[in-house]
Amino acid sequence: MKKPVFIALIWALSSLALTSNLAAQDFKGNIVGGSKVKIAVPDFRGSAGAPALMSTFNQTLWGDLVSAGLFDLVAKTFYPHPIPQQPSDFGAATMASWLNPPVQASYLTFGYGATQDNLFVLRGWLYDLTRGTPAQAQALAKNYIGSMDDAGARKTAHEFAADIIALFGGKSLFGTHIYYVHQAYAGAPKEVWVMDWDGSNQHQISRYNGLTIQPSVSSDGSHIAFVSYAKRTPGIVVFSVDPLRDLHFYNQMASVNSSPAFTPDGKQVMYSSSAGGRCCRLFLANLDGTNFHPVTHSEFIDTEPKINPKTGAQVVFVSGRSGPQQIYQMSIDGGNIERLSDGTGEASNPSWHPNGEIIAFAWTRGFAAGKFNIFTMDVASKRYNQLTHDEGRNENPSWAPDGTHLAFASTRGGRSQIYSMLANGTEAQRLTSDGLNFSPVWGK
Amino acid sequence: MLLQRKTTAALLAASLALFAASCKKKAPVAPPPPPPAATSAPTTTETTRPPAPVVASFSAEPTAIQRGQSSTLRWEITGNAASVSIDQTIGNVQNTGNRRVFPGENTTYTLTATGPGGATTASATVNVTSPAPPPPPPDTGGANKGTPDARLASAVQDVYFDYDKSDVRGDSQSVLQQDATALKAILADFPSLTIVVEGHCDDRGSAEYNLGLGDRRASSAKDYLVQLGVPAERLQTISYGKERPQCTDENESCWQRNRRAHFSAGQ
Repeated sequence: MKKPVFIALIWALSSLALTSNLAAQDFKGNIVGGSKVKIAVPDFRGSAGAPALMSTFNQTLWGDLVSAGLFDLVAKTFYPHPIPQQPSDFGAATMASWLNPPVQASYLTFGYGATQDNLFVLRGWLYDLTRGTPAQAQALAKNYIGSMDDAGARKTAHEFAADIIALFGGKSLFGTHIYYVHQAYAGAPKEVWVMDWDGSNQHQISRYNGLTIQPSVSSDGSHIAFVSYAKRTPGIVVFSVDPLRDLHFYNQMASVNSSPAFTPDGKQVMYSSSAGGRCCRLFLANLDGTNFHPVTHSEFIDTEPKINPKTGAQVVFVSGRSGPQQIYQMSIDGGNIERLSDGTGEASNPSWHPNGEIIAFAWTRGFAAGKFNIFTMDVASKRYNQLTHDEGRNENPSWAPDGTHLAFASTRGGRSQIYSMLANGTEAQRLTSDGLNFSPVWGK
Repeated sequence: MLLQRKTTAALLAASLALFAASCKKKAPVAPPPPPPAATSAPTTTETTRPPAPVVASFSAEPTAIQRGQSSTLRWEITGNAASVSIDQTIGNVQNTGNRRVFPGENTTYTLTATGPGGATTASATVNVTSPAPPPPPPDTGGANKGTPDARLASAVQDVYFDYDKSDVRGDSQSVLQQDATALKAILADFPSLTIVVEGHCDDRGSAEYNLGLGDRRASSAKDYLVQLGVPAERLQTISYGKERPQCTDENESCWQRNRRAHFSAGQ
């Protein structure tokens, strides 16, 4: 039934650049225009004690469904009355009123919030209006429980949205994290922070009161790495996430050790170092920094290695070996080096799609130096697609675990902040607003 | 069916049991009645000509500088402004903001805020005086050696680089020759001192790449000084990439000021 929608989305992302730019544009029109699922999401109301939490719940549910990219949410002004609150309210006439003009929804969510034993209980239903009769229409019926506060209301909304998204083959971002660099004001110390995928629950991770930059997260989300100036020159720090603990990564004697990235098995770290010569070559080392050896041997700057999450065998990286910084690919042993970006402009910040076939990166192609925009590229064909269009500087794209969203940093609103968007460049949402925020990496 | 498939998690099972129990013992949690339908039509507001934008503030701080120093313009526009601009080649700006300016002589800046209701202007003046004569050279003999920081600031100049380049330019060679002489004197006066050679970049390349570029600039400057006889073991390099800019304007003069090697005293 609605599976084809998601299959189309998968196709678009995985074959983005196998097709010509024109075809990619065609596809963009396709998902945005016609094939999203039309769903009506009326506001849920609350009984005793719960009404105060319902606006948080309703905003969160709406936001999650919009950002999933699978749905066309019918504007609330079209909704008929009465709005059902439980299945006994849902008769043939009600069904027709949501299926027919002006709403013309294929799906309807309804339910309500209540309090029970000092907990917030959300009863949620999803009905498929195209199934003919009310008795056949129920697609999802579930109770969700949270604390009696806004956090509890958000949790139930995220869980309900995740169940709905899963029904259409999508992956929810619920439970994923974004690590990033936060700075209170220009010139202030930079520290690594983490937040939930939707920008909530922002909190500080590193506490060096200095320059702390370039966060990175392992595939399973169990480790993070970043660069700290705590020992005078930039050096690599690796932490376990739970519990949060410094694993004392061994840094080579060098003026620069930077840009750490984990192998997909989480057992090794590749990084950029000036050890043994001019900055910088790429090195591969154990998770504790020992057993290091050089992978590249150029006389120029090699940095930002990112190992293919699917195969573990290819590495994309940034190099100045042919002039201005460009994106290259090589085998993890340093062989088979080829340039991916076409030599124009300056390219940086490669990030692998979870499928190991597509990268996102920042590129100044077509713009002045420094005017980065986010691009995606199919690595096999080198075909690319531009996602942002000169709204400030747009840098450091990072794929979400769902393979459908990207986080990135942008100065479009003035100061640098973290945004998320769909991989076709739509539905950009700002996730941070305090101070300045940079270099997001999206992990599990 | 979906309901059953989803009940495997223990927490959910518990939550459903909670509800099942509640359903049996008493009526389900009573839903509130639907809200009354909205009846009153929204009132329409008459269109009136909007007021012109208001310049809440426009100032220069400080208002008096010495030539070569900077002043900061700050402004805030309230009300409905479609565009805000400042003359003296600054051009269009945000409704609220600040800008460092480096006027070479007395300069009056005029800010114009234009909106549907008209235009409002305000001005701020920066008075520029010629700098005081430079101080005499530091006395390097005897007991008065000064501090390393003061000596570095007065006698050792920054070395500038081209965009995306780390090789020493022709015009930087004479600077480094003077720096080498001064550094040797300073190191002789402070036998335990090490000098940190900092590499910096403008903000156009990526932060990650610039960390490497800054390191190469610091290394180039260090290598040149070592060739001129400055002891290598007393020079340490560090790259700040584009993390420690001297200025943040988007123009070549600011970018050039940031593409540099700078010398500071180590521990």
